[in-house]
Amino acid sequence: MSLADSQRSRRARLPTSVRGRAVLVAWAFIVPAFIFYATFVLVPIGLSIYYSLLRWDGIGKATFKGLSNYLVVLSESDFLQILGNAFQLVAYFTLIPVAIGLGVASAIRNHLGGRFGAAARTVLFIPQVIPLVAAGIAWSWMLASNGVVNQALGLIGLGGIARGWLGDFDFALPAVGLIGAWVLLGLCTMLLVTGIARIDPSLYEAAKIDGASAWDEFRWITLPGLRQEIGVCVTVTVIAALASFDIVYIATGGGPGIQTTVPGLEIYRLAFAHRQVGLASALAVVLMLLVIVCVLPIQWLTRQPK
Amino acid sequence: MKAKRDIPASTIAITAMVMATGAYAAPSCGTNPVVLNSYFETGFPLPTELSKEFTKQFPNVTFDIKEDLFQTLMENSPRVLSGDNPPDLIRLPSISDLVKDGLLKNLDDYATAFGWDKYPPAQLAQNRVAEGGSPRGEGSLYAMGLNYSMTGVFYNKALAAKIGMTKPPETVAEFEGLMAKAKAANIPPIIIWNKPVVGLTFPLQNLMGSFGDPGAVNDWIFQRKGADINTPTNLTASQHLEQWIKSGYFQDDINSVDYATAMSRFIGGQGLFLFNGDWESGNFDKQMAGNVGFFLMPPAEAGGKHAAMSAPLTYGIGAHAKNADCAAFFLNWVATNDAARKIDVAVGGSNPGGPVDLPLPAVAPGSVTEQTLNAGTTIAKDNGAMDFIANATGAIYAEAWTPTLQKMVAGREDSATMLKEVQDEYVKELSR
Repeated sequence: MSLADSQRSRRARLPTSVRGRAVLVAWAFIVPAFIFYATFVLVPIGLSIYYSLLRWDGIGKATFKGLSNYLVVLSESDFLQILGNAFQLVAYFTLIPVAIGLGVASAIRNHLGGRFGAAARTVLFIPQVIPLVAAGIAWSWMLASNGVVNQALGLIGLGGIARGWLGDFDFALPAVGLIGAWVLLGLCTMLLVTGIARIDPSLYEAAKIDGASAWDEFRWITLPGLRQEIGVCVTVTVIAALASFDIVYIATGGGPGIQTTVPGLEIYRLAFAHRQVGLASALAVVLMLLVIVCVLPIQWLTRQPK
Repeated sequence: MKAKRDIPASTIAITAMVMATGAYAAPSCGTNPVVLNSYFETGFPLPTELSKEFTKQFPNVTFDIKEDLFQTLMENSPRVLSGDNPPDLIRLPSISDLVKDGLLKNLDDYATAFGWDKYPPAQLAQNRVAEGGSPRGEGSLYAMGLNYSMTGVFYNKALAAKIGMTKPPETVAEFEGLMAKAKAANIPPIIIWNKPVVGLTFPLQNLMGSFGDPGAVNDWIFQRKGADINTPTNLTASQHLEQWIKSGYFQDDINSVDYATAMSRFIGGQGLFLFNGDWESGNFDKQMAGNVGFFLMPPAEAGGKHAAMSAPLTYGIGAHAKNADCAAFFLNWVATNDAARKIDVAVGGSNPGGPVDLPLPAVAPGSVTEQTLNAGTTIAKDNGAMDFIANATGAIYAEAWTPTLQKMVAGREDSATMLKEVQDEYVKELSR
C-alpha cells in the first residue's frame, strides 16, 4: 500500500463527527467572506434590479413601473448612442494597450534582469499608479487649444490641424480613448512582461536553432505562452472601457453634445441630477449584463487548453 | 404628543404674541447659546463672512459650517435635508423637488413676522413654489436670497477704445456692429466658456430678453402650464446667436473652454466682451481695476426695455431644522442690517435686496460693482428680471442646453432644431 493509498483510506474511515467538524470549519471560513460579499455585492445588485422597476426620486414615494424603464433605455436614440460610445472606447482602452504591451514585452524580453529592464518597467508602470482624476486633468491641459499637444504639432509644421481636441465633435471620443489607453498601458505591460519572464527560455533557444524568425518566435512561443495574461488584460480593459467614468467626467463631462457620454456617467447623472433612480438603475443593470456578455466569451477563449 | 411636535415653535411663538399684543413680533435667536448647522457653497466666501459679522453682533450664535461645490450641493441636498440632522441654513441650487418631498420649511409665517411680504414681489417670486413642487414663482415662500445677482455684458475698456467704442451699445444691431468691428480688427469679440456645461445660454437668454417678453421666458422656467421655449421671438434670438457663431464672434475652440479658462482669457485681455454676472464684479475691480465696463444687454429697438437674468443667492431652512427661528432671524438680518448689506455688496458684488426704503451701500465710484448695482435698478424699473433658463428643471442644463448648444457651435445643428430639442426634453422631463 502506497502512502497516498493509506491516506485515502484513513480519510474514508474518519468518524462522522470529525467529518461534521470539517464541514463546520469550512463554513466558518466561508461565512464571514460570504456575508461581506452578500452585503456589498449581492444585495446592491438585487436592490438595483428592484429599483429599476420603479419610478422614484430617491426620497419621496416610489411607484411601480414594470419594465418601462428598460424600454426607455433600449429604445431612445440617446441611450443607444451612449451605449455605442462605450463600445467604441473598447477599441482604444483594449486594443492599444494590449498591442503595445505585447510589443514592449517582446522587445525587452532579453533585458529583463538588467538595469534597463527595471527602468523600462518602472517608466511603463507609472501611468497605472497615477490617479485617473489626475490623469484626466493633466491630459485635458495637454489637449487644450494652447496645450502641449498643439504646440508640438505646431513645431513640426502641423499647426493647421491643431484644435481644442476634447471639444471637437470628431476627435473628442478618440482623445478620451487615448487617455484611457495611456492609463491602462502600464497595467498591460506589467502583466505581459511578468508573463513573458515565465516562458521557458529553452523554447526560444530551440526555435533559434531551428531557424525561426522573430515573428515566428512571437507567433508560436510568446503569444501562446501569454494566453492567460492576455486574457486578464483584455478582461480588465474591456470592463474599464464599458464601465468608464472618471476620465470622461474630468476630461469632457460627456461633451461635446453627447459625443463622449458613457453609461457610467449617465447612470450617475440620472440618479443624482435627474433624481430618476429607476431609470438609472435600469441602465446600470443593462450595463452589467453587457459587461458579462462581453467578458464571458473572452474568459472562455483565453482559458488555458487542458 | 406627535401632533404637538409637528407645529413649528415659531408658529406657537408668533400666535402667542399675536394673542397677547394683537401684533406680530418676530422670532429671534434668543440669548442661550445657539449653533447654526450650516451648509454653504465652496468658493463663495460671502455667507461665511456674513456669519462672522453675525456672531460679532450676536455672540450667543455660532455657525458650524460645512461646504460643498455647487454640483455636489445639487446632488446632496435631498439626502442631507432628509437626514437626522438637517441644516438650519442651506444653500439651495433648486427648490422645486425639495418642496415636493417636504424637505424645506415653509417660510410664510416668517415672511409675515419679519415683513418680507412687503418687499418688492419680484424679489421673492423665484423662491415661491406652489403646492406639490410646481409651478415655481407663486405659492408659499421656501427660501430667501442672501443677495440678488445680475447678468449682462462686461467689456475690456482698452480694447473697446481700439475699435472706437465710446459708449455701450443701445440696440442689438449696434452691439453686433461693434462685434463686427472687433472681428475686423483681429480682436476676439466675445469670450465665453462652453464646457463641461455651456456658457452660451448667457448670450442666448439675453437675446431672448431683447427680442421677446421676459415674462414668457419666466413662465417656461417656472414650469407654468403650456409654457413653450420654442416661440417665434426666441427663434429670432437663437438665429442671432447662430449668426454670431457663423460670423466667428466666438473663438472656435469654445467647446473645449471651461469657465476658469474663459475668465483668465478675459482678464488677460484676450477678448472684448464677456457675458457673465455681477458675482465677478469684485474680482474685476481687483484684477483689471479701471479697465472693465459693464452694460445690460441692449434691447432690439432703441429706447426699448431691458431684460437680464437675475437670480437670488438662495438659502433655505430644513423642514426639521432645530434652530429654524434663529436661521430665519439671520436671513432677515442679512437683508436689513447695515453691516450685513455692506458685506453683501463688498464680498458678493450683488444687490442685497431687502426693503425698498433701505439705501444701497456705497461703493467705489467708477467701479464695475457700481455699474452692475445700477443695472439692477434699471432692470427693476423695466420689470425685466428673468431666472436662468438652465434652472427650468433639474436636468435641462446638462441634458438639453449643453448638448444642443455645443452642436450649434460645431455647425451640427441649427437654431430651430436646437429650440425644438430643448422643448422636447422639457416636456419629457415634466412628464416623468
